[in-house]
Amino acid sequence: MNFTRRQILLLLPAAAVAWEFVKAGTPDQAPNYNMDEHWWGMLLDITKCIGCGSCVRACATENDVPEGYFRTWVEDYHREDWRIETPVVSSPEGGKNGFPQSDLTGGKNFFVPKLCNHCVDSPCTQVCPVGATYHTKDGVVLVDYEYCLGCRYCIQACPYGCRFFHPTKHTADKCTLCYHRISKGLTTACCENCPTGARQLADLKNPQDPIHEFLKTHSVQVLKPHLATGSKMFYNGLDGSVR
Amino acid sequence: MSGRFKDSAHLIRVAAVLLVGGVAFLALRAAVIPKSFGQFGPYRGKALLEMQARPVKYAGHEVCEGCHPDVAETKSKGVHAHVNCETCHGAQAKHADDPATVKPVLPDVGKLCVRCHSENIAKPSGFPQVNANEHSGGQVCDTCHQPHSPGFDAGGKK
Amino acid sequence: MYPNEVELQWSVLIVLYPFLTGLVAGAFILASLERVFRVEEVKPTYRLALLTALAFLIVAPLPLQLHLGHPERSLEMYLTPHRASAMAMFGFVYLWYLMAVLLLEIWLDYRRDIVLLAQSSRGVKKLLYKALSLGSDNISDGALRVDDRVGWIITLIGIPSAFMLHGYVGFIFGSVKANPWWSTPLMPVVFLFSAMVSGIALVLLVYMVTSRLRRAAIDMRCLDTIAKYLFYTFVIDFTLEMLDLIHRIYEADESFRSLDFMVHTRLFLSQIVLQIFLGTLTPLGLLALTQLMKFPEIVRKRMYALAATLTIIGIFAMRWNVVIGGQLFSKSFLGYTTYKLEFVTREGLLPAVVLMALPFFILYALIKILPPWQGESVHVAPAESD
Repeated sequence: MNFTRRQILLLLPAAAVAWEFVKAGTPDQAPNYNMDEHWWGMLLDITKCIGCGSCVRACATENDVPEGYFRTWVEDYHREDWRIETPVVSSPEGGKNGFPQSDLTGGKNFFVPKLCNHCVDSPCTQVCPVGATYHTKDGVVLVDYEYCLGCRYCIQACPYGCRFFHPTKHTADKCTLCYHRISKGLTTACCENCPTGARQLADLKNPQDPIHEFLKTHSVQVLKPHLATGSKMFYNGLDGSVR
Repeated sequence: MSGRFKDSAHLIRVAAVLLVGGVAFLALRAAVIPKSFGQFGPYRGKALLEMQARPVKYAGHEVCEGCHPDVAETKSKGVHAHVNCETCHGAQAKHADDPATVKPVLPDVGKLCVRCHSENIAKPSGFPQVNANEHSGGQVCDTCHQPHSPGFDAGGKK
Repeated sequence: MYPNEVELQWSVLIVLYPFLTGLVAGAFILASLERVFRVEEVKPTYRLALLTALAFLIVAPLPLQLHLGHPERSLEMYLTPHRASAMAMFGFVYLWYLMAVLLLEIWLDYRRDIVLLAQSSRGVKKLLYKALSLGSDNISDGALRVDDRVGWIITLIGIPSAFMLHGYVGFIFGSVKANPWWSTPLMPVVFLFSAMVSGIALVLLVYMVTSRLRRAAIDMRCLDTIAKYLFYTFVIDFTLEMLDLIHRIYEADESFRSLDFMVHTRLFLSQIVLQIFLGTLTPLGLLALTQLMKFPEIVRKRMYALAATLTIIGIFAMRWNVVIGGQLFSKSFLGYTTYKLEFVTREGLLPAVVLMALPFFILYALIKILPPWQGESVHVAPAESD
């Protein structure tokens, strides 16, 4: 995406202006974007992830994620030889500060970043009793913090463990795919801060998006495909031991 | 016939109570349900717009490169070409908004570099990893490496 | 564990909730035994069972309110229910059951007494009874026959409604595909039968205790019949739970190893000792003995009381094992966490104990306002015409 210098210098004040509309209670009058033109997903390349935790830290900063809770996190996997059903997994503080050198040598070792899968047929939106969590037309699953009762049914229903109960808002919370960024033409905080390009935002409705070519030439998987959630987080090089 | 009706009259009272309750419920609905509910789907439409309009904290590398083309030039030639500015420098939207007053704090190099480059068996084998103590004998990374283009072949040696 | 799974989301209050609604459904089914299935022997407990159901139904939403992050928003469930959500639809099932079934049935059965009490009492009590009678004082034979007929229809509708009330709670768990401990089509059925077991046991105990307190004689024919139905229901419940267990062990799918380990370690006390041995096998054994052999009255009473108490504890343990157990293992099947039950917090042990005791106080108040033992209620068989 190419910005002129002028566009760039206008972008951030525009965000500040939009927030003023929200605080005034009239967000519909803020400059917004066309939801029908986008269908958001993400590509996560296991062969590139170095477990630095930059994504976890960036997300926490961008979204004021409370300490001890995670909108995204990284797991360290150790598959011992052929034991595909019993990997040894660790995620110290969600990988926020990277990973210590492990004692487990041999076998296959790799990192798996995880986040909300923004499922097309998400079990979490299905069970919300009041419509406080929902899909947008552009494929993002969001939570309405003013409406959520805090019943935590959605947290139970998510097969990926990506939701948590916010300790001060007392509502459910989770990754928003940085909706406030992607609707302004920016990429998500985690993708912006990934040093190796292991995480890349993808707009599946954009024919120019590199993901289409990638999907043609690589083997990709989603997490827990047997649950048919319609996950849009595509993993390249995902080992069969990943739970 | 009228006797029969009289004997069921108390049931009419029950029906009346339930009816009044039902009407009250409908009135409550009309009054209390948020106006934007259902605008885009079975949820509060305003919530979506509020979410879109939140302020950002990371400016994004293109914004940085807009004002710092020299650094962008150096970086693009080296191995850190695709490492975005804020990955090391932290969230700088405030700085981009008001460069004169808000200055970024330089990261602690000792802690920063090892987060990515300390050796770990789970990192992809081609990725440059070192044991920090053995590698530099305790010296801080930017003693020898220029962070924006740290590889020695690309002229990153200090 | 996934990092967000370490903390449990649904606490002891959510264990309490299906326990309480289960008692409601079970007590109601016992009452309907007499009303619809003409099991005359249990008539002495008819009104008591209804009042017990009401007392517990009133308390049932309270643990939920305490648990919610924003209880002040709970009305949203009625205003903008999400139709795909079992929890949302359950709000209406609860409301239906409370208004159209339980309250109406109690009102119709008690109406004659209410009107008489309105006429005979004074002051505040008179106002109360007048209000309860909805201003109507028609207790002629014709009116009472109408009441009886309508009451019969309501009980008839009430039986599937009671099934829905508790079956829905089972469905709330059983439909969560993310959790293999919960996700089974058997869940609503198991919940329902264990509810019936606990409800019948509760009414049995309440009947024994209230008779003791009133120094009234216990109708042994009634007690024996209740125990008999408790036994039959328990056999079905046990069969269903064993079926689930055997099925899991045999199929040994992806989740089995993790769940098996959890049951043998984290849930050993609550599942194997409390639920299975003390809460199911022992009462089943006691009840089976009473069905097969003749014991003197005193011995039977002791056996029933013991069996009923153990049953109720066992069903509570079952709810605990489902709700808490379902959150102790990771959805990655690779880890476990622990439940930290605190004492004096919003979702701690103290509120749980208070909420468990509260229905009995409400029952006491209900018994005072609507005494279940003054005179026999007149049930004219619906087949008779004017």
